[in-house]
Amino acid sequence: MDKPPRRVELTLESRIESVDLGEELTRSVAGSVGFDEGEQYKISMAVRECLINALEHGNRGDRRKPIGLHFALHPDRLEVEVHDQGPGFNLAAVPDPRQDEHLLKTSGRGLFLVRCFVDELAVKCGCNGGASVKLTKRYSSNNRGSVGSNSEKEKRS
Amino acid sequence: MSVKIDKREVGGVTVVDLSGRLTLGDASAQLRQTLHELLDQGKKKIVLNLGQVGYIDSSGLGELVSGFTTVKNKGGMLKLANLTDKVNDLLTITKLYTVFEIHNDENTAVQSFS
Ligand SMILES: Nc1ncnc2c1ncn2[C@@H]1O[C@H](COP(=O)(O)OP(=O)(O)OP(=O)(O)O)[C@@H](O)[C@H]1O
Ligand SMILES: [Mg+2]
Repeated sequence: MDKPPRRVELTLESRIESVDLGEELTRSVAGSVGFDEGEQYKISMAVRECLINALEHGNRGDRRKPIGLHFALHPDRLEVEVHDQGPGFNLAAVPDPRQDEHLLKTSGRGLFLVRCFVDELAVKCGCNGGASVKLTKRYSSNNRGSVGSNSEKEKRS
Repeated sequence: MSVKIDKREVGGVTVVDLSGRLTLGDASAQLRQTLHELLDQGKKKIVLNLGQVGYIDSSGLGELVSGFTTVKNKGGMLKLANLTDKVNDLLTITKLYTVFEIHNDENTAVQSFS
């Protein structure tokens, strides 16, 4: 019953401009499937944070290493994956930046924001190297602008 | 340029007006440089007017924290004023509102120094 998703797959260079570009593209994709502005902001900010991490921690700023940005538009949810060429990491080991001992740190808030802004966050480490961070945002009645059946109609008119 | 920064003196307090996006890269670096310049000039009472900042990412948040600590270590104080809803939400969910002294408007922020 789950019909195959529509896919949009991009490869970005490891540079800051790619982060802005990826954020903008995510906003457009989220808008095109009907997420309202507030949700577009959240998804695109979450993707922005993952792109920064892919650039800084994964590819360590090495421009020759690509960053993959893959969208899967399912009938009930939008999935976004960010792939890098780095060693990966253990999500469970990332501390909560709201704890007293972390509150005054100048970093460590990116993934926390991602968690706040999407429904699911998962990290896979590829067997041939490279990390992949997958974000899932579901269409629900409260974030739904004109998702799903309506969106196709609206785009045509 | 993603952020624009202007400085003003108001009754012995420096008000720094930021507008645009406070994000990774130039914007964060510009804020850091502005604060260092102020401290070099001995200006330690600083209000960041964020009224025109509608977007901050984790790097921008880190830069705010760094600025707060740097100013404090020099015996000064960095306060925030005029937060937009989005920025207010970010400071709330990250619990950073417990770190900063935050004022609804510039006037109260400036007066709070006297
Ligand atoms: N793609 C990645 N590859 C390798 N390690 C990663 C990756 N993404 C995150 N990490 C690890 O998880 C940690 C937490 O990431 P998070 O984005 O929350 O904070 P940060 O990047 O260190 O700082 P901030 O995002 O606040 O600027 C990172 O410091 C890094 O050790
Ligand atoms: Mg990060």
